[in-house]
Amino acid sequence: MISTLAAFVTKEVRHILRDRQTLTILLLMPLVQVVLFGYALRSDVRNVRLAIVDPSPDYATLALRDRFQAAGRFTVVVTDKSMSRIEPLFRKGKIDLAVSLDRDFAARVESGEPARILIAIDASDPNTGSTMQAYARAVIVEYEQDLGSRGSPPVRIDPQVRMRFNPTLESVNLFIPGLIALVLTLVSALMTAISLSREKERGTLEILLVSPLRPWQIIVGKVLPYLGLAFANVLTALLAAWLIFHVPFRGSVTLLLVESIIYSMVSLAIGVLVATRTATQRVAMLVALLATMLPSTLLSGMVFPLASMPRVLQLLSNVVPAKWFIIIARGIMLKGVGLTHLWMETLVLVGMTLAFMLIAVRSFKARVA
Amino acid sequence: MTAVATQSAELAIVAHDLTRRFGNFTAVDHITFDVKAGEVFGFLGANGAGKTTAIRMLTGLLAPTEGSARVAGLDLKTQTEQIRHRIGYMSQRFSLYEDLTVLENIALYGGIYGLADSEIAERSASMLSALGLTDEMVSRLPLGWKQKLAFSVALLHEPAIVFLDEPTGGVDPITRRQFWEMIYAAAARGTTVFVTTHYMDEAEYCDRISIMVDGRIATMGTPLDLKREFDVPSIDELFVRLARPA
Amino acid sequence: MRVLKVLLRKEYLQIFRDKLLLRQMILMPFIQLIVLSSAATFEVKTSRVYLVDRDQSSVSRGLVDRLRASGRFRIVGGSGSMNLAGEALLSRDADMILGIPPDFERDIVRARAGSVQLVFNAEDGALAGVTNSYAQQIIAAYARDLNAGITHSVRESPRIELRTRGWYNQELDYKHYMIPGILVQLLTLTGTLLTAMNIVREKEIGTLDQLNVTPVPRSAFIAAKLIPLLSIALVLFAIGLGVSRWVFGVPIVGSIPLIFFAALIYLIGALGLGLWISTIVHTQQQAMFISFFLILIYLLMSGLFTPVRSMPEWAQLIAEVNPVKHFIVIIRSVMLKGSGFMDILRPLGMLAATGLIALTLAVRQYGKQAA
Repeated sequence: MISTLAAFVTKEVRHILRDRQTLTILLLMPLVQVVLFGYALRSDVRNVRLAIVDPSPDYATLALRDRFQAAGRFTVVVTDKSMSRIEPLFRKGKIDLAVSLDRDFAARVESGEPARILIAIDASDPNTGSTMQAYARAVIVEYEQDLGSRGSPPVRIDPQVRMRFNPTLESVNLFIPGLIALVLTLVSALMTAISLSREKERGTLEILLVSPLRPWQIIVGKVLPYLGLAFANVLTALLAAWLIFHVPFRGSVTLLLVESIIYSMVSLAIGVLVATRTATQRVAMLVALLATMLPSTLLSGMVFPLASMPRVLQLLSNVVPAKWFIIIARGIMLKGVGLTHLWMETLVLVGMTLAFMLIAVRSFKARVA
Repeated sequence: MTAVATQSAELAIVAHDLTRRFGNFTAVDHITFDVKAGEVFGFLGANGAGKTTAIRMLTGLLAPTEGSARVAGLDLKTQTEQIRHRIGYMSQRFSLYEDLTVLENIALYGGIYGLADSEIAERSASMLSALGLTDEMVSRLPLGWKQKLAFSVALLHEPAIVFLDEPTGGVDPITRRQFWEMIYAAAARGTTVFVTTHYMDEAEYCDRISIMVDGRIATMGTPLDLKREFDVPSIDELFVRLARPA
Repeated sequence: MRVLKVLLRKEYLQIFRDKLLLRQMILMPFIQLIVLSSAATFEVKTSRVYLVDRDQSSVSRGLVDRLRASGRFRIVGGSGSMNLAGEALLSRDADMILGIPPDFERDIVRARAGSVQLVFNAEDGALAGVTNSYAQQIIAAYARDLNAGITHSVRESPRIELRTRGWYNQELDYKHYMIPGILVQLLTLTGTLLTAMNIVREKEIGTLDQLNVTPVPRSAFIAAKLIPLLSIALVLFAIGLGVSRWVFGVPIVGSIPLIFFAALIYLIGALGLGLWISTIVHTQQQAMFISFFLILIYLLMSGLFTPVRSMPEWAQLIAEVNPVKHFIVIIRSVMLKGSGFMDILRPLGMLAATGLIALTLAVRQYGKQAA
C-alpha cells in the first residue's frame, strides 16, 4: 500500500517538475511579490505638497510658515494671497494640502481674538487625507502652544507613546503575514484544483480509480507534492522577509511553519473540493479563484482591518481560513506569542482542515469514484 | 483555376532537401520528393517519424531549417501567403469549432476564403445533403461525422491541393471506407490529395506512397511497385521491415 | 473587410455561448464592488482601551471621561497592573493601554505638568498612528481646559481656531476612493486575462493551426480577437460606472465621454498585454498564472491600494511606465475632482504611449509562422 502510494506521488512530482514554466512561476512568484511589495507598498505619508494662502503676511504667519518648512514632511510648493488660484492646482494633482490663514493674523493673536486657519486636503484618498490632516494639525497645535507660553507656562500633559510589536510602524510587518497567506492559497488551492480537474477531464483519473489505490490515497497523492511546493514557498517568503526587510520573528519559527502547513492543508482541501464539483479544467480554475482569492484578500484582514467592517462581513470572515492564519502569523511574528495565546485559532484551522477534507473525500467518492 | 494549376504545375508539390531541426534534434532530414497534380499521395510513417512536421512545413505553418519546396506552383519561402489561397488543410486534432453549428463553421471558412454569400449558401446546402447532416452544434456530432465534415470544409474553396494529417484516426472501418470514397471523388475532380497516416492498409488506396523512417524518406513509389520490389505481400510488412533496424 | 466581419461573428458567437465565462466576467467584479465597498474602510470605529489608572483622582477621571466622550475610545478593562494590561494587548482584548501614574493630579496642580503613558498595538502601524493622533488631540484639549480652570487668567490665551475641509470627498468616504480602482481592475482582468486565455485556448485545441493555414491576414486575426473583448469590457465598464453612481453614490463630477475615452486607450494596452502573454504560453493554465502574476504586480504597484507617493524612488519610477497607475490617476481625477482634458493630458499621453508600445510588441511577437 505504501509502495503504490509512493509510486503515485513520484509520478505527480514528475508532472510538476516537467512543466517548467508553471514551476518557475510558482517558485518565483511569491518571492518576487514579497520583495516587491515589501519595498513598494507603504501606507506612510511622506512629502506632503503644501500650498499656503496668506492674504496678509506678518511675523506671526511667517513664523507659522517656517514651522511647516521645518517640519520635514511638508514641501511648500506655492504661496499665494488667495484661495481661488489654489483650487485648480488640486484638480491638476499638484498639491495635496492647503493651509489658509486668516487676514491680520498677528493682530488677532495679540488681541486675543480667535485667528482662523483652514486646512483643506485632497480627500480623494481619505486614508492619506486624514493622515496629512493629522500632521498639519500637529504643527499648528505645537505653534499654538508655543504662542501661549509667552505668558505663564500653561498646563501640559505629555504623552509618552510606545508602539508595541511594531515600533517603527513598518507597513511591511503588517503585510507580510497576509502575503504569505495569499501565496499559500494560490499555490495550494488553485494548483490542486487545476491538477485534479485536468486528470478528470483527460480521463486518466479513471485509470487511477480502477487501480488498487483507494480514493483517499488518490487525493493524498495528488495533494502531497503541492504541499511540498507550498512549504518551499513559505520558506522562501519568510527568508526574504527576514533577510531583506528584517521583519521580526519574535516567536517560534517552528510553530509558524507548522501553522503554515495546516493552513496549506485547508487550502488544498478546498482545491480538491472545487475539482470534484466542477466539470472542466477552465471552470475549476475560475471557481477556485472566486472561492479562495477573493475572500482571502478582502475578508481576511489582510488589507482592510476587520474591526472597521460592518457586522455582517465580520461574521462572514470567520469562515475564511486566511483570517485565522493571519492572526496566528502576526501573533507569532510580531508579538512573539505561542500556542498559549493561539490555541483557539489553531484549533479552528485544524477543524477547518478536517471538515473540508471530509467533505472533499466524500464528494470525490460520490461524483468521481 | 484547376486548368491553370495543372498546366503550370504538373507537379503539385516539389520538395528538395527539406529539413527541420529543433535544437539538436532533426525531425525531418533532407527529404526530396514530388507529387503529381491530381494524385492521391500517401505520406506514411510511424508515429514520431516526422510526418506531421513535414506537413506543417508544406502548409506554411513551420519554417524549414534548410531546403526548399514548391507548392501549387509557388515557392514555399517567398510566396507563402499566395499558397494559402490554393491549399486546404485538415489537422490531426479535429479543428472545427465545437461551439459553433455546422452551417456557422462553413460560413466562417467560406467567408475567410472569399466565397460570395450565394456560393456559401449553395455549397452549404449540398454539403449537408451529401453528408446527410442537419444543422446542429458540431460538438454533438459523432467523431466520424466530424471528420467527414472537416474534410468537406477543407475542400470548400476548391483548393488545388488538400493536406490531410491522419484524418481517419479513431474512426470505425465503415466510416473510414466512406472517407476514402470522398478522397477519391476529390481526386477525380482534379484535387491533389496529400494524406499522412499510420494505417498501412490505407496505403493500398493511394496512387503513390512514401515511407518516412526517422526523418528520412526510406522509400517511395506506387504500392504495387514497392510490394514487388521488396517482395512483400502488404505495405504493412514492408513498413515493419524498414522500421526494424531503427 | 469581409474576412474581419466573418471572424468577428465567430468570436461573438463563441463568447456569448460560453455561459459560464460570461457569468464569471460579470459576477467577480460586482461581488468585489459590493464586498469591497462595505469592507474597504480604514476608519477606526472605536479603539478598545485598557485603563491603568493609579491616581484615581478627579483630574485623571476627567481625562478618561474626555476620551470616552469623544466616541472614539471605549474602556474595555482596567486594573492597577501594567502586566495585566500588556496581557490584554497580547490576547487582543484591547487595542491600547492608557497608563496614568500615581501622582498625576498633584503634578498637574503643583508643577503644571504631568505625563501619561499611551501604549498601542502597532501591528497596523498606520492605524496606530491615526489613533495616537486622535488621542493626543483630546489630551491636548483637556490640558488647555485644565489650564483655563487653574490659571483663571483674565487675559485669554491666544487661540487658533482650526477648521478642516476635505475636498472632493467631504465625508472622507473610502468607497469613493476604492470604487474607481475596482472598475480599473475589472477592465484589466477582462482585457488581459480573457484575451490571453481566449487565444491560448485556440492554440490548445488546434483551431489556431487551422486558421493559420488560411489566407487570413495576421492583422485581421488579431483585430478579431481584440475587438469583441474590447467592446464587452467597455459595456461592463459602463454598467460598473452606473452601479457606482446610482447604487454606491460615487460622484461623477467630470466628463463621462472623457472617462470612456481614457478607458478605451487603457484597454488597448491591456489587450496588447494579453496578446503578448498568449504568444509565450502553451496552455490555458499557464496563461492564467502568468496573467495573474503580471496583473497583480501591475495593480499593486499602481497606487490602487497604497499611494504611489509613499513608495520609494525606484518604485515610483517604475510606476511611471505602469499604465494602470496613469489610468487610476485619470479616473480618480475626472470622477472625483472633475478634472478636464487639459488637466489629465500628461497621464493620458503616458497611457497612450505605453499602450501603443505594448500592442506593437505583441503584434510583432505574434507571427503566423513558428520560426
